[in-house]
Parts: sequence; structure tokens; C-alpha cells
Amino acid sequence: MKIAVCIKRTPDSESRFRIGSSGTAIDEAGLKFDIDDFASYAVEVALQLNEKQGPGETVVYAVGPDSVQETLRKAMSMGVDRAVQLKADSVPYDGLAVAKALAAELKSGGYDVILFGKHAFDTSGGIVGTATAQLLGIACVTAASKLEIANGRGTARRELEGAGEIVEFALPAVITIDEGIARPRYPSLKNIMAAKKKPLETKPAQLGPARVRVKSMELPPDRPPGRIIGEGVAAVPELVRLLHTEAKVL
Amino acid sequence: MLDFFNIDSLLSEEERAVRASVRAFVDEHVLPVIGACYVEGRFPREIVPAMAELGVFGANLPEQYGCAGLNNVAYGLIMQELERGDSGVRSFASVQGALAMYPIFAFGSEEQRTQYLPKMAAGEIIGCFGLTEPDYGSNPAGMITMAREQSDGTWLLNGAKMWITNGSTAQIAVVWAKTNGDPEDSSIRGFIVPTNTTGFKAKDQKGKLSLRASDTSELVFQDVCLPATAILPKSGGLKSPLMCLTQARYGISWGAVGAAMACFEEAVSYSKQRVMFDRPIGGFQIQQERLADMLTEIVKGQLVSLHLGRLKDAGTFTPQQVSLAKRNNVSMATDIAREARRLLGANGILAEYSSMRHMENLESVYTYEGTHDVHSLVLGQAVTGLNAFK
Repeated sequence: MKIAVCIKRTPDSESRFRIGSSGTAIDEAGLKFDIDDFASYAVEVALQLNEKQGPGETVVYAVGPDSVQETLRKAMSMGVDRAVQLKADSVPYDGLAVAKALAAELKSGGYDVILFGKHAFDTSGGIVGTATAQLLGIACVTAASKLEIANGRGTARRELEGAGEIVEFALPAVITIDEGIARPRYPSLKNIMAAKKKPLETKPAQLGPARVRVKSMELPPDRPPGRIIGEGVAAVPELVRLLHTEAKVL
Repeated sequence: MLDFFNIDSLLSEEERAVRASVRAFVDEHVLPVIGACYVEGRFPREIVPAMAELGVFGANLPEQYGCAGLNNVAYGLIMQELERGDSGVRSFASVQGALAMYPIFAFGSEEQRTQYLPKMAAGEIIGCFGLTEPDYGSNPAGMITMAREQSDGTWLLNGAKMWITNGSTAQIAVVWAKTNGDPEDSSIRGFIVPTNTTGFKAKDQKGKLSLRASDTSELVFQDVCLPATAILPKSGGLKSPLMCLTQARYGISWGAVGAAMACFEEAVSYSKQRVMFDRPIGGFQIQQERLADMLTEIVKGQLVSLHLGRLKDAGTFTPQQVSLAKRNNVSMATDIAREARRLLGANGILAEYSSMRHMENLESVYTYEGTHDVHSLVLGQAVTGLNAFK
């Protein structure tokens, strides 16, 4: 099966973030970047699909400056066969602009399945996968927590509030991947070395016009300090009263 | 993991990738089990296949022998991450790679390399290293284990070795022995001894209060008959095993940094959570000074090992430089582990936390692979030209 995985490079979610001097983006100084968590689940799903179904090809795509090559090589060290960088000075905030670049590249790729993360940790937009599917005119399933492909058709499970639903779809299709579907493998040391020899192609990204931009960004207010209202069982009535009257969660 | 000095900017993409994989391995396979293993006094043998699959054994040896072919900085980072888990786990990998695979690579015949190295990289054959004897630790030149060549070309090995990591687990031992009755250390040669050979006995050393998650054994050889092909043909004199120890000791300098990092991270996290006198103890100056000292020493230790690795990759490092790094970093880590344990108060004595385990382990690391004191004398000789050993 021919599978494409579109990934994003995002900062380590455990970083301490500051807003940059522009006021519209985080300050990237000192941050460590890696493949986005959801994108890494998508890579793992792609690898497992091809391992299960026999010979195929897995190709990874990313839009961005040359720093994204490290992330593409990470995916190749996990087992992806080759990589394509769609080069751009930066990744536009407008998901449709990114989707246009990806769709332009993917349309002639002959892919059976195109995977994305459900959304990326940094913007949480969740637009690029669905917009790419629309632009390609193929089926799209979002936030799949299980995925099976057989006989040219796919089945996916989606988690809803308090329930799950199983959907069927025709191939080719775009599927965006939710957490919990697969634990991403860590690359073996030999595969890290081997990834350096795998093909990484760079092409200019044909980005669409950016029609959405960030106007300003703010950090959440500091959390007020906790308060000790007593100890042991004796404190429970007061705790319940405050949860009811003050926090209003009961 | 805190990178206060942006030392990552001195690492290549590949080196950072290697570290990330080993870090993920340790988080997944070592940290969840190591506290219990330590208390039970057993090496977590079940993680060996995953370690092999990851590729940590002999990772800086060439790919043609089934190894990863990494540079020495990447190898050092592997040791750092493994010892962030436990010194016993790092010791297992050090012994397998630097003390068993390395001598076969450096002093072995091509047949020996192809026979053993791929299976050792795959974790199918575990090796140990027999140099130290009950009465000859810091002075290995005095060893009394003897191999005598027989008229048919075979060798007969007699003697005993002590403090042998992986001794009871191993399928082969690389044993260093004097030869043919010659008491001079120039007669020392290396032998590959399958541990199922008649006359070979390995006995666990009981009662350890350190490196409890590691297999430490005494080896006894009683008329162990070895084929002519058992000898490492390019080994010659005490220099050969000492070259192995230089390799392993280089990794230890990195490993100690990993143990120190684990203790530091635990201390920082605890200091922010533990409330005493109505505020986190991290807000008290006495704990902040502790943490500042730890951070500073870790940064210094990381830079020492990193530069040493660059020198090793350039082929210009000296055993004396390795002595400095091992001596400094292990001593630093031992101090940090103790301070972290103290910062954790009473909780610090529990196996649920890692600082006291590291503290106990590091007392062994302080003593093995050249004691701290012996490395002082190595450095003393390097700066004065005067030999304190004779």
C-alpha cells in the first residue's frame, strides 16, 4: 500500500513558553523541537499498516524551513522509506495555505492512504488534514482512534463524548489520527544511521494565500495559589460546601 | 531534561537522535522496574533483548559486525542515558561493549570477530571481562591466573577472578592470564572462554549493598582446557586489558553524568512539590544552593565528557585524560546523589525515589575501573613525571 504521512515540527510540550517580541508568536529561543506527538502516532500507524499488509511504500511530507529536515529524518529513522520537504521560510498559520501546498504535491502521488495528526500541539487548528482531503476531493475521517484497511476499504473508530462510532470509507482517503491508537516506536541506533542514507527531496512549497493570521497572543493568567481548608475527614463537609458555592463544580 | 548551557548546540542531529532513543528506552523499560529489581537484588535480564534491538551493545564498533557504527560522543550519550536509569544497567552495556566486544574487535582474529561480534551485538551472546583477582585489584600486573600451552597447541587455564560484572549471566568470558609460567606482566594474553567449558565456575557475590541490580560474580578456572583458537592473537601484555579499561572508563565518565542528572531532576521536582513551613522547600535558600551546586557540577561534567569524546573521535585522547574525566565525574555524581538524597529528607531513603540507589551504586563506580585514588596517582604522575606506584 502506498501511504503518505504529513507531519509537523513542534516545540517540546514540556517547555516553558514565552511570547516573542512580536506579540503574535512564541519565543523560540532555547526551545527543543521534535515531531509533533499526533504526527508521530500517524507515522507509527502508517508503518504498522505496511508491516501488516506486506510490501508498500511510506513517504513522509512536511512544509517548512530546513530545520524540518531533522524531523523528516526522524520519521525515516522510525522506518519511513523516503521524505519530501516542501520548503517555505515559515509555516503559515492559515491551515488552508499549507493544505494547498500539500494537495498540489500529493495529487499525483497515487497514495491509497494519507495520514495526518488530528491536530498539532502548537496551533491545535486541526485544519490541514481535512482541507487537504477537500482539495484532493477524497474521503476524510478525522480523529481516528482505530484504523483498519482491507480490500480497498477502510474502517475507523472515532471517540465521541461518552461513546464511539465506527465509520467505513472508500480509498483513497485522508485520515487524521487521534492519540491512543499506537505507541510510536523509538528509532533503533542502526536505523538512525540508516536514515541518513534514505532519500530526502526538497521542493518549493506552493503555498496558498495566507488569509488568517494571529493578531495577538497571551499566556494564561497565573493560577491562584491553593488553599488548605483542613485535614482528614473533618474537612470534607467544608470542601463540599466550597466546591458547591465557590467553585460551582458540584 | 534541563539543558542550562545549551550543550545540545554542540551535538549533531544524529547524536541528539541517539540520545532521544535511548532516553525513551530507559523511560519505558528501565525506570518502571529498576527500583524493585534493586531491592530484590537482581539484574533485569528481561530488558536485554530490547537493549539489543535498540543497538546499544558495542554501538561504536563497525556496522560490518552488526553494530551501529556510531561515533564516540553518541556512544557516550548512550552510557549517560543508561546510567540515568541505573549504574547496573549501564555497567551491563559497558562490559558487553567495551570490555567483551572491544577486545575481540581490537585483539581478535577476523574469524573471532565474525563468530562473536554480531551475536554479541544482538544480545544472543553475553560477555564478561576477567582481569581483577581477589588479591590483585589496583595492581593487575600481579595477577596469578596462568594459561599454559600444551604440546598439542591447546591451553590449560588455572586461577580465579573477582568482581566480574555479568559473570554468572555470560556465555563467554574474556579472561586475562599470564602465560607459560612467566611472572612478568608482558606475558599477559587474552582468551575467549566459553562459560560452559569444564572447569569453569561462576559464583554470585552475595551481600552487595551497591549495584544490587547487577550480576557480580567470582570466576574460578580449574584446569580449563581451551583450544588454540581461544587466544586473542593480537593481545600482548598488560597494555591490552588496560586499553579495554580506557574504553569502558570513557563511557563511565558519561554514565556518571547520567546518574547525576537523574538525582538532580528528582531533587528539583521534589523541591517544588514538597511543602514545609507552608511553602515549597525549593523556595528555601539552603535547597537552592544545593540545586545550584548540582547544576553547575553537572554542566562542567557534561562539557568534560563531551570534549573528551571529541578528542577520542579525533584519535588524540590519552588514558590520562580519561582518568581525569572518570575521576571528576564519578566523584561529582557521588556528591550530587548524596545531596539529592538529603534534599529528599526521609523520603530519600525509599527505593521509590532514585537518589539513594544512585548514591549507593556510585560508591562502586567510584571504586571500579580504576579507583578514584589510583586515578589521582595517574594524574599526579602526569603532572610531576614522578611515579607513585613504584
